[in-house]
Amino acid sequence: MKVLETLRQTGFYYLTPGQIVMFAIGLLLLYLAIKKKYEPYLLVPIGFGAIIVNLPLGNLIGDHGLLRLFYYGIEYEVLPPLTFLCIGAMTDFGPMIANPRTALLGAGAQFGIYVGFVVAYMLGFSLPEAAAIGSIGGADGPTTIFIASAKAPHILGIVTVAAYSYMALVPIIIPPIVKALTSQKERQIVMKQLRPVPKLEKIFFPILTSILVCLLVPTATPLIAMFMIGNLFRECGVVDRLGKVSQDDLMNIVTILLGLGVSVKLTAEEFLQWRVLMILGVGLIAFAFSVAGGVLLAKFMNLFSKEKINPMIGAAGLSAVPMSARVVQVMGLQANPRNYLLMHAMGPNVAGVIGTAVACGLFLMLV
Amino acid sequence: MSLEKITMPMVGKIVKLHVQEGDSVNEGDTMLMFESMKLEMPLIAPVSGKVKDLKVKEGQVVEAEEYLFNIEF
Repeated sequence: MKVLETLRQTGFYYLTPGQIVMFAIGLLLLYLAIKKKYEPYLLVPIGFGAIIVNLPLGNLIGDHGLLRLFYYGIEYEVLPPLTFLCIGAMTDFGPMIANPRTALLGAGAQFGIYVGFVVAYMLGFSLPEAAAIGSIGGADGPTTIFIASAKAPHILGIVTVAAYSYMALVPIIIPPIVKALTSQKERQIVMKQLRPVPKLEKIFFPILTSILVCLLVPTATPLIAMFMIGNLFRECGVVDRLGKVSQDDLMNIVTILLGLGVSVKLTAEEFLQWRVLMILGVGLIAFAFSVAGGVLLAKFMNLFSKEKINPMIGAAGLSAVPMSARVVQVMGLQANPRNYLLMHAMGPNVAGVIGTAVACGLFLMLV
Repeated sequence: MSLEKITMPMVGKIVKLHVQEGDSVNEGDTMLMFESMKLEMPLIAPVSGKVKDLKVKEGQVVEAEEYLFNIEF
């Protein structure tokens, strides 16, 4: 009897099969992060988090649980916008300002968000759920977390894991889609060197964009305004310390809190739904359509423009920065050993971040 | 004899120089590797010829369109 009594005070007694499945999922995420280097900065805390939140009696996610406190940072919309501030401090809008056409491509590559939204809805998800699932197609983790916590917190864990997993797979997902939609000749298009962008333009850009975009889509304000103030830290030249700390230390701290906070939603009860596979499937569709949307828009723009765009840079509108731009650079070199698209691809790439935030702002407004 | 001016295609750091002053290169050879935004990329010889007036060294950060060296052909 005594033995049973003692056993009841350990977690073992309460362990459910679902929790053991979550251990396996956590281990899988850790394997992908550590061995395959898939988005390690997020997937190490999330993978480990998936294990520890499923330890019975651990009380990490109860009302005053440690990780629950981290999750408040997500629920109260603090951590995703702070991440945007840090990303803003890392972002050089120069290539986009130098060639504003590329901003359109960043918008085109949000196509998958809407496709994902419609497909999810048709599969029987509610409108708020469909919005969170569609956002996976933006390839922007903090935005997905932002909209899921506001609209569909019960699937936040799944959509976040899906978003970061697919972002890690950008080098595998982009090339076949781009190759299918472009000819060898298009992939060989060399683009003209970008003009250098003066400091004054770089200072005005975040200020004007904040005013304009936030007036247009007010619900995107937390993300866009933070993104832009981070960028202003970087560009204004008088607060280097703020810019630097945002790029490095603050980003790292926020990443830890965000990753562990998300794992609150990785309990067996919430994560193991039969719909997980459907969400992963729709997420992949959304992702693929975003790549296609960017590429096809670039081809369409080429019909009217004298100076041709290499349509591959449209794929970089997928906002995984700077991974999608790098993939485009590598593909450009394969098609033509003297083709350097990296900086050209950064235009749609950084525009894509704005585009994803705006698209999710629209969902927040309309759904 | 004419000169082909080799410049940097984008801002980046020269990680490895495969050519030295006076070396012969063939069209299509990798002349150097540079790194921009943590991505390493090759710079390919556009013509065959001899490297002249080399002005950069490994580890140096070079701006877009900045002069690197000439190829005499």
